[in-house]
Order: sequence, then structure tokens, then C-alpha cells
Amino acid sequence: MEIRTKLAAVVAATFALGTAATAEPITVVSWGGSYGQAQDNALFNDASRNSGIEIIRESGASMSKACLQVESGAVTWDLVVTGSGGAAAAAAKGCLEKIDYSVVDVSDFYPNTYTDYCVGSDVFATVMAWNTDKYGAPGSDGAPNSWADFFDVEKFPGTRAYRANNVDGALEPALMADGVAPEDVYNVLATREGKERAINKIRELKPHIAVFWESGAMQAQLMKDGEVDMTTGWNGRFDNAKKDGATVGYTFNQALLDYDCFAMPKGAPNKDTAMAFLAEVSKAEYQANLPFHITYGPTNKKAYEVTTAPAELIRALPSHPDNVPFMVPVSLDWYAEHRAEALELYIEMLSE
Amino acid sequence: MARADADASRSGRHLHGAALKRQHTREQWSVLSLVVPALIVIVLIILIPLSWLFYLSFLGDNGGFSLENYHKMTQYKSYYRIFVTTFQVSILTTLACIALGYPLAFFLAQLPPRWAGVFMLAVLLPFWTSLLVRTYAWLVLLQKRGILNEFAMQVGLWETPIKLVHNMTGTLIGMAHIMLPFLILPLYNAMRKIDKDMMHAAANLGANPINAFWRVYFPLSLPGMVAGSLIVFVLCLGFYVTPAVLGGGRVIMVSNQITAILENQFDWGAASALGVVLLVATTFTLYLAARVFKFDAALFGRD
Repeated sequence: MEIRTKLAAVVAATFALGTAATAEPITVVSWGGSYGQAQDNALFNDASRNSGIEIIRESGASMSKACLQVESGAVTWDLVVTGSGGAAAAAAKGCLEKIDYSVVDVSDFYPNTYTDYCVGSDVFATVMAWNTDKYGAPGSDGAPNSWADFFDVEKFPGTRAYRANNVDGALEPALMADGVAPEDVYNVLATREGKERAINKIRELKPHIAVFWESGAMQAQLMKDGEVDMTTGWNGRFDNAKKDGATVGYTFNQALLDYDCFAMPKGAPNKDTAMAFLAEVSKAEYQANLPFHITYGPTNKKAYEVTTAPAELIRALPSHPDNVPFMVPVSLDWYAEHRAEALELYIEMLSE
Repeated sequence: MARADADASRSGRHLHGAALKRQHTREQWSVLSLVVPALIVIVLIILIPLSWLFYLSFLGDNGGFSLENYHKMTQYKSYYRIFVTTFQVSILTTLACIALGYPLAFFLAQLPPRWAGVFMLAVLLPFWTSLLVRTYAWLVLLQKRGILNEFAMQVGLWETPIKLVHNMTGTLIGMAHIMLPFLILPLYNAMRKIDKDMMHAAANLGANPINAFWRVYFPLSLPGMVAGSLIVFVLCLGFYVTPAVLGGGRVIMVSNQITAILENQFDWGAASALGVVLLVATTFTLYLAARVFKFDAALFGRD
């Protein structure tokens, strides 16, 4: 039985590779800014060369656009980058193709970094970042170290930035700042009172929130331009801003641990080729290169073994075993059930 | 044959009348047929999608008729506030465009056409530049450590950076800049058509220049101004990019909310319902404004 499954997998893989050589190029869609560039350099270019699968790279990945393509029966995208929550929501709407795990090998993946409908591409953290000129380097005396510090404008006077138009990763920090233990956050948020408690905490901070950011590129830009003193955001964006000369630092303490993934819209035009490419790009050898371009951790454990990245770079990755204990893993179940209501409440606060 | 001629000559007037009438009807129909392609286009690209939008907005989760998408808007105060913001931004932008555009158009209309063309280029050049580029240019100019703040602080105009962007102020500055050509073009056109002799006649009859301007020139330029203002106002209502970039998440307009709903919930029904409410509110506002300000008279030159 087992041999037969394996045989089938081999046949399927050969078939997939066989078609790849002559197949149409597949369309791979990611985000703009340093994220998409990092994926090009670490993953896509090499995987495309080694597998012989030609890819057309587009930017502006969005699950709603993918869903629109599916619903209107005009799917042009084969692989789309998405956040884990977005993939879960799109899958619930029936917009995604099931991943064929006889083609894509996830045996070395961290648990909970892949689902039936998406395969994790990297692990990132939603952190608090600040201007190190103003509040000191991370870990130094008197530097901010918790969400309580982020929300404390007396101890850390200055301006803040927070998430706009989207509630993902917005309520958890507020609750932790309000004294809820990290492990209880999603229990408290499961009630209406809990959500309102978080919203009220943000409402208190709102006069000091100078900007609400809409994208990762914007988080980095705000810190580079010195437009705000402290912001929430995705760790890799800040490391890249720092490389560009921004005086920015962040902490993994109480950060939200989450992952991005690849999903395939239902009815993708080159399904088999795209699945083969997904298998290729998920290999440890490519993920091992990601830290050179953006400090997002691999979802494939083996990448830690094969990577040639220097130790301090590895140590800075969100999925590094030393960092994980400080963080709060994002609960996809909570988002599946409560996202809609939380978003309405959040936008209500924003519109005030 | 001869009998027919005799009949025709006997009741000639009546017969000719009928023929003329027939010809007139035929002519009307043939003129109308020229409009058919336009009508088809309108039906295809406006009426059908719009009906679909209406249809979607009344579709419930279970696939049947439902008002839940509209009901949701009454549950949260954010929707009401978002509509207020949308109209506020649109009205203020229109007023800013009139305040900036009227004197400019007046100035252009007084110039000899050659020179007016050169100055008009200054209005049109930004118009041809990408909207996104112009919006980000304003961000670079207005932000905390932007060019304007740095300059003013060096010169000593103010000491700490003034908050010019990521709020309503920045949004209005950007919107007014982007909308200005839409006001100036029809206004300039209307002003060019005003006969200069009218002003001479007014002076001749004893009106001083200010009097002549307000009582003769201004009313004649009104149709152009109203047309321009309407274009600006309606375009503003659906604007997305500029408030998203320059509003800093504080200026939430209907289009931003539609995006938020689509991006997060893939909820076409709720998004369509917002679109429908905006459409109805816009139509109603324009109708009211037309009644109050006599737009129709100004637009079509009737009293």
C-alpha cells in the first residue's frame, strides 16, 4: 500500500516535471516592496531556473482579487502569496484549490505552517518597532520592551502608527498592554466585551497615533522618514529599513507569530505545473536563502540545517527556537470566527 | 393617375401637411437611430453592471432576497460617519477648487489666446501626470520631515513640524490639486464665450468695474462654474487613492470602506450595498442642489 502511494507520488512528480518542460509559463503573484524582491532573489528565480518552469511575476497579490477571478470564471493567477488568515478566509469561501501533498513535500515543515489550501512560505512576526535615536537600541536600558510600553505615552512620549482598514494583529497588542497574559489573549477576545476592551485601549492611544498604515512598505517608509516614533509592523520590513539607513529597532517580546503562504486559486490555468513549482519552491535549499534578503524565517525546518547564512542572521529570524517562546502564535480559529465582527468594531473606532 | 392629381390639387394643403408630418417623423426617427450605438454602450457598460450591483446588494448569505447588507449599515455608527466624511471632503474640495480655480480661469480668459494656451499648459501638465505620482509628491512635500516643514523651520516660520498630512488638511490639499483642472476647463470655456462688449456696455451704462463683474460677468460665467463644480463634486465622492495616501487612515471615505470590506471579507453584497447607498445619496443631493441653486437653469441657459 505504502509502496503504491510512493510509486504514485513518483509517477505524479515525473509527470508534473515532464509537463513542466513544455508547459505554459505560470503566473506567480506576490506583494510589492522588499518582500516581493526577497522572494524573487531567494525563491522564484532559482526555483524557476532549476525546475525549468517559466514564471510570470506579478505584484498586487490579494485574496479578494483571487476570489473575484474565481467567481467570474476568469482565473489568470496560478500561485498567490497571502497571509495565513487571508488564505483561511478565501478557502472558506471556496476560492482555493486543494494542495496536492503527494506533489508538495511538507514532511520537514514546522507544524501549523500549512493547511489543506495553502503552503507556508515564511514565518514572520508582528512586532513593535521604534526610532532607536529616540528611545534607545532594543535591549538597552530604558528601551521599550512590551506592548504596555507601546501604549504608555507618558513613559515614551511621541507619536505612534497603527494598522488601518484591517484588524489583523491589531487587537492582541492592545489587550496585552491592558494586562491580559499572552496565553489568554484569544480567550478574552472571544467575547464582545474582550473585543471592546481592546478597542477602548486603542481609542485611548488614538490621539497619539499620527498615522494608520496600510501596507508593509508604508511601515518601513514611516520609520525611514521619521514620520512616527513607534509603530506596529512586520519584522522583516524594519530590518530592511535599517539596512537602508533608518534608525529603527524592534523586539520579539510579545510579538505575534504568523506565517505567509502560497495558495492556488480554484481553476488556476496551469494547475499541475504550478503545483510542481510550489513543490520546488518549498524545498529547504531555497528557503535557506530567504534570510539573506528579508529576516523572515523558513517554514521548512531543514532550511536551518542547509543555510549558509551567518549565525547572527539566523538568530534574528522569528521562527528561531530561541525567539519563539517570547511570542504569541496567531490563532487562525479566532480569526475564522471573529474577524468580521472585530473588523466592524475596529473601523468604528477608526472612523470616530 | 390623373384622378390622383386632381385629388391632390383639390385637398392639396391637407395632403402636403400629412406628408410633411410623415417626413418629420421619419427624420426624427433617423436622428434617433444615430443615438442607438451610444444607447447600446450605455446599457452595456452602465445599466447592466449597475443593475447587477443593485441585485448583489439585496442578496443574502443564503442566496435569497435579503436586506441584511443594508441592515448592517445601521448597526454600526461607522457607516454614517463614513458617509458624512465622504460628503464633507467632496464639498470642501469643490469649494477649494472654486476659490482657486475661478480667479485663475478669469485670468486665463483675459489673456490673448496665444498666452492663455501657454498658461493653460501649466494647468494641464499636472493633469497628464499620474495621479499616484502627484499624490505621493504631496506626501513628500507635506510630511513631518518633508520639504515644506524643513524649509519653514529653517527660515524660522515655525519651530516644531506642523502636521500637514495624514489628516483632513493633507487630503484636501491633494484632492484640490488633482481636481482643479476639472473645474478650470469648463469654466475657462464658458468665460471665453462671454462677449467682451457686454462689459463695455455695462461700463457705458455707468457700472463701475466691480459692479459690472458681479452683475454681468459673473452670472454669465455661472453655467461653466456649475458644470465644473458638479464634475469635481461627483468625482470626489468616489475618490480612493488620495484620501488613502494623504489621509493617514483618518479620512475614511466610502471607497476606502468598500476596499476594506472586499479585502478582508470578500463580501461583494456588503460592498455593493455601500455603492448603492452612495449612488442614491449622490442622486438625491444633486436633485436637491439643482432645486435650491437652480442648476438646471444655469446648466441649460434657461430661466
